[in-house]
Amino acid sequence: MSKAPGLPIPAGRSGAVIRADFFQRFLAFGALIALILFFQVWCVLIGTNFLTFENFVNILVATAVVGILALGETFVIITGGIDLSVGTVMTISMVMTAVAITSQHLPVPVGILIGVLTGGVMGLANGLLIARLRIAPFIATLGILNVARGLSLVITQTRPIYFAGDNGFQSGVMGNLFGVKISGEFGIPNIAIIMFVAALFAAFILGKTVLGRYTFALGSNEEAARLSGVNVANWKVLVYTVCGLFAGLAGVLTGARLGSAQPATGFGYELVAVSAVVIGGTSLSGGEGTILGTVIGAFIVYVLTYGLQFVNVAQEWQIVVTGAVLIVAVYIDNLRRRQRA
Amino acid sequence: MAHKRLLGLATVAILAAGACSSSATPVPTTAPTTAPTTATAPTTAPTTAGKPYISIVSKGFQHQFWQAVKKGAEDEAAKEGATVNFIGPNTESDVQPQLDMLSAELAKKPAALCFAALDSKAAGPTLQKFQDAKIPVIAFDSGVDSTIPLTTVSTDNVAAAALAADKMAAAIGGSGKVGVIIHDQTSRTGIDRGTGFLNEMKAKYPNITIIGPQYGGGDVAKSADLAKSMIAANPDIKGFFGGNEGSIEGVINAVTELHKNGKLTLIGYDSGQPQLDAINGGTELGAITQNPIGIGAQCVVYAMKAISGGTGFPAHVDTGFMWYDKTNINDPTIQAVLYK
Repeated sequence: MSKAPGLPIPAGRSGAVIRADFFQRFLAFGALIALILFFQVWCVLIGTNFLTFENFVNILVATAVVGILALGETFVIITGGIDLSVGTVMTISMVMTAVAITSQHLPVPVGILIGVLTGGVMGLANGLLIARLRIAPFIATLGILNVARGLSLVITQTRPIYFAGDNGFQSGVMGNLFGVKISGEFGIPNIAIIMFVAALFAAFILGKTVLGRYTFALGSNEEAARLSGVNVANWKVLVYTVCGLFAGLAGVLTGARLGSAQPATGFGYELVAVSAVVIGGTSLSGGEGTILGTVIGAFIVYVLTYGLQFVNVAQEWQIVVTGAVLIVAVYIDNLRRRQRA
Repeated sequence: MAHKRLLGLATVAILAAGACSSSATPVPTTAPTTAPTTATAPTTAPTTAGKPYISIVSKGFQHQFWQAVKKGAEDEAAKEGATVNFIGPNTESDVQPQLDMLSAELAKKPAALCFAALDSKAAGPTLQKFQDAKIPVIAFDSGVDSTIPLTTVSTDNVAAAALAADKMAAAIGGSGKVGVIIHDQTSRTGIDRGTGFLNEMKAKYPNITIIGPQYGGGDVAKSADLAKSMIAANPDIKGFFGGNEGSIEGVINAVTELHKNGKLTLIGYDSGQPQLDAINGGTELGAITQNPIGIGAQCVVYAMKAISGGTGFPAHVDTGFMWYDKTNINDPTIQAVLYK
């Protein structure tokens, strides 16, 4: 998705890029399939079945929100930066949507727009701190993480805000497109469809637009980009804003799923999002990464989480395994890189 | 190809490692921290042949309180021939992960669900699916704000906090200032313990002035700061009530840092090592203990009753509470419900 063949700007990204992409997708996708088969074998051994439509739907729903956070995070990580604020920016976006719809009585679409834009504003703040004030991304976004976290609590006075009744918001997000049921009560939930559409959109930006090209350029060699006349600061601000917008969307969807804005939630999601991006083959040193990889990475994380619970592995071991898989995935990615170099 | 094989192998290897180490333990769902005497409930498979499988989705699993609930449930399940799976999110703000846990448990088609909601309304639609699937639901601890649960197994926190107020009034001679630090004003337990204590004081002890309540989120450091500022503003304060483990530990820390050990009357809630030490050492007068093991056991009792088609469930099952202090802390009945 990220390949922009024929575009000369990022140095060293020619035919090799396509091959790298191919391996990256192949690796991650192979791992995902291996993981699913692994759980199926386990389930058969204990006399149950992992490959059910219900499990499939549950995993889709569980993945959607962090998947969308990871889409935005992919852009930032490709520039060689990091955004630690996505989890709590998601929260404040959810809070602003709830405030707009419940206490301001604005129409649902306006509330959704306000939520997404809140994410964008927080992302813009990240971008300005990093590009204009030259604060390291880790620190700037850590600051915004806490600002957003605290503001969510202040705005809500630490209490959840509930959407009164169902105004089409909750059922719209959690329902099925045209009410189509595939198996029993289950259809493909809209929240998952929204994630896939968002992923296509992200892939388009990254692969087919100037913004996408400059995202790679910033990560490959920022100085070279600057010398070739790219306004590095402005593009960086834009990248963080895009990341914030995705976090805003994730916030709106979380609000719909929970039927409420939960001001204390969200903290910790950023690290799951970063894990998904990295497992998907995006390099933390920048200049490399794909949206497809990120989507697969997010699914690997949640198939693992869901599968371990489904086969009743003790929770403390689930945490250990999740950490170990992250390390193994990144190590293998490093091996691949070293071989290529 | 080599890459793919390598990753595939590695993934499987690492998972197998996790799996082996967990299945090597006799009870995969029992935390290493639980007492070694825990009965070994066979909880390996979601559907052990012949045994009803009960899902218990809690508000947490790491705190010792939840581990005690888990132990109670597992012991009772072993007695009644059931299989339980006790799980809960990492923190009490993980509303969304708790829903994912519910969905995964629903997919296992349990015979019954025991559930302590982090947010009742958020869990509503998922809980509805349990009802649609005719899976009986038993609520526990903070309960579920819905008509779906057959009954709610919990502590009568209002009555328990009122008992704490009586003990406080007796200890300070029925007059003076008392500080109150509660974990929050939003959860059922926070509301019940705060109002239970305050209402009892208002009704029976008009000469006692309440300072607060202040809310420390159950955080030890934050509660300690609150207690210190209350002492600074009211040098004649006679005692403190802490509404949960973290709150009272904060008060204990504050009093210790100000070298006022034994000069103030402290009354707490639940147990935990620092609180037990303070009671034995004379810094704290005593505390209310709930019966977490009883909560876990009663959950399973009522789940089994529902599975066997029983009717006539009480709206609320009170698992009881007890007062303990230096004089009875070593009684076997008290020791059985305390945790470290």
